[in-house]
Amino acid sequence: MALVVDKSQRWRVLAAHLFLIVLCAVVVFPFLVVLSVSFRPGNFATGSLIPSEISFEHWRYAFGLPYQAANGQLVEPELPVLRWLWNSIKVATVSGAITLLLSTTAAYALARMKFRGRNQVLTGLMLMQMFPAVLALVAIFAIFDRIGSAFPAFGIDSHWALILAYSGGIAMHVWTIKGYYETIPYEMEEAAKVDGASPWQAFRWVLLPMALPILAVVFLLSFIGAVIEYPVASILLNTQDHLTLAVGTKLFVHEHNFRWGDFAATAILSGLPITAVFVLAQKWLISGLTAGGTKG
Amino acid sequence: MQVTSSSRRWLVPALAAVGALAVLYLVTLVYAVGQTLLAGTLLVIAALALWAYTSKKTVALRYLFPGVAAAIVFVIFPMVYTIAIGFTNYSSRNLLEYERVQQILQEETFRAPGPAYKFSLHPDAQQFRIRLEDQEDDKRVFLSAPLALRQPASLTVDVLPEAEAKVVVGDALPLKEVIAQQKDIKALTLRFADGKQVRMTSLREFAPAQPLYKPGADGSLTNVDTGEVLKPNFKSGFFENAAGEHKEPGFRVGVGFAHYQRIFTDKRFQEPFARIFIWTVTFSALTVLFAASLGMLLAVLLNWEGLKGRSVYRLVLFLPYAVPGFISILIFKGLFNANLGEINLILNALFGIKPAWFADPFLAKTMILIVNTWLGFPYMMVVCMGLIKSIPSDLYEASAVAGAGPITNFVSITAPLIIKPLTPLLISSFAFNFNNFVLIALLTGGRPDFLDISVPAGTTDILVSYTFRMAFQDSGQQFGLASAISTVIFLLVAAITLVQMRFTRLAQDGNGK
Repeated sequence: MALVVDKSQRWRVLAAHLFLIVLCAVVVFPFLVVLSVSFRPGNFATGSLIPSEISFEHWRYAFGLPYQAANGQLVEPELPVLRWLWNSIKVATVSGAITLLLSTTAAYALARMKFRGRNQVLTGLMLMQMFPAVLALVAIFAIFDRIGSAFPAFGIDSHWALILAYSGGIAMHVWTIKGYYETIPYEMEEAAKVDGASPWQAFRWVLLPMALPILAVVFLLSFIGAVIEYPVASILLNTQDHLTLAVGTKLFVHEHNFRWGDFAATAILSGLPITAVFVLAQKWLISGLTAGGTKG
Repeated sequence: MQVTSSSRRWLVPALAAVGALAVLYLVTLVYAVGQTLLAGTLLVIAALALWAYTSKKTVALRYLFPGVAAAIVFVIFPMVYTIAIGFTNYSSRNLLEYERVQQILQEETFRAPGPAYKFSLHPDAQQFRIRLEDQEDDKRVFLSAPLALRQPASLTVDVLPEAEAKVVVGDALPLKEVIAQQKDIKALTLRFADGKQVRMTSLREFAPAQPLYKPGADGSLTNVDTGEVLKPNFKSGFFENAAGEHKEPGFRVGVGFAHYQRIFTDKRFQEPFARIFIWTVTFSALTVLFAASLGMLLAVLLNWEGLKGRSVYRLVLFLPYAVPGFISILIFKGLFNANLGEINLILNALFGIKPAWFADPFLAKTMILIVNTWLGFPYMMVVCMGLIKSIPSDLYEASAVAGAGPITNFVSITAPLIIKPLTPLLISSFAFNFNNFVLIALLTGGRPDFLDISVPAGTTDILVSYTFRMAFQDSGQQFGLASAISTVIFLLVAAITLVQMRFTRLAQDGNGK
């Protein structure tokens, strides 16, 4: 950029590095503390960042294994972390699959077909994103309360209720997939249709195989979205064994029951995989996110 | 090929017919349970689906239908329903519908004159027998046939004298088991050979009982015991006697704009609403300001080619965005803990202070803004980096030739060029934080509460968390009032959205020229 590197330039580079390093330290500090606390005996924060004594009691707790406490007693973990993890994975997998199914087909119609009301549907989906589910919690609760009195398996405190509630959140994914479909040339489907393929066959056997990468990304995104969703899960689930991680983890840092160490191990156990996936998928994610802001 | 196409001609209508029959059966079942609204919704969806998948004109709709139907049922309908609930008195006191309340009151019984019976429950294989013993005359002992007692059902069951039944029952079950079966036993009516009937009146006793209320033709209920007449009042949602006293439970009725009137004119609700609204706006605006400023500064720095190791910085600084919110917010909740948290340990060691982050309103708000800036700046950074990359580099070359410094560059090139496309994103970030329920719910839960206000409301509550507390946490599950406030938030968000769309159009026009 600048052709001549002068003295003030060098100072500026140094200042920038200093600022960035301090900021990185602020960003990393909470995670380092959590990592350290998870290996420190006891549920109190006192101690150095590098634990003087390594203890796996919190990790045993997170995995549901009994451990020997400081007073010599055997402690059975009372919060079922692995169960929550399993619940989260179950709900997120099923709702991710449903979301994918619903949004790929809808995006196909919106990308490849001309019909009345197409623009209205697209605008409607865009507007839907502006109104988060948290505004309709009372209604969601009332609806599943009603459904539950007819079909208990789909009522309050069931995972199916949560899955159904998540299945409507396809707006962003439809836009993302539609955008991707539009980058795929239409000629191949056209050729297939000339050869006698129906719209369904052209979609299923020509377009879908080419759109696999975006389908994987959308599945991951809705999977992560379901794992980290808190408001709807917090009103639909209430039995301790039925909770998802996002709702259950809160029980560790209750004001009167501050289980800092156990929380730390749980947070790493549940947060690390999601974070890794997120960092890997970020390129796609950000293009999807900004698409929402600029294409309206 | 020929075979498949001819068999398909039959297969599709056959499948459609089977599907339609199955749905009709389901709808009848739901209707029979008393969920008329739900049955109607199911029926409409099924009819639309049948039309979409059989008509020849609806090729596009076939692909759209599942997704759009799910979005309508689980996203749009709840919003419309929220608005509707805002006009009713739906709350823990007025939880049920009118018919259900009527039914409950008519099931109430009172102890009629006549002898009472000591009752015990006895196991009989997988089932249960009920044994009654006259309290005055222990020779008079009666026994029921084996009963499943799996679900409450209004049954009338004959009992025989124990001598005639000719069975020896096992030991009576402990009270714990009776309590577990209480609901099923309460639904029973036992009938003696002489036609007299008894019902469960306490955990140890059966006694002659008869319905307390006699329904009248005008919907009123007459108390058989006292002669009092209860009339349903469709304004208050209660059965009331002549003096206007309420009989619990209440039922749901429309109340018009009463909730809105309370929010905007009743001093008790107007005050917290106004304060919470101001904090909501302040919180979202400051969050956007801090996160965007920091993000933009970082974006400029990280686009500076003279700086080494930029990709490493970028990866680390992106972390707050990648870690699931519920985890990082809870981490901060622990870190800021006044007595046990690391932040206060450090502050205590350095300056000898231990701020009460969760007890002092101002500190709690400061903490929320710190945490939310930490959470929000990476997104702004990434977005700004993208926008800065799209600025033609010859502009900077020209300014370098003119001898301009970095500050001049930023003020006269970078900022003016990215502000237009950035504005819509800033507004949607504002809208997101306006409804950032997860942050407030997990970090402070709205606390510390206002001390000078009678309604449970917190100094750090934003509007959504306030409605959440009203509906699901504090006194009385006030679903109606909470929905009315949610409706107000809908309108506010709609207004923000309109502004955002305007700026988006401006940004696009700007790009086009």
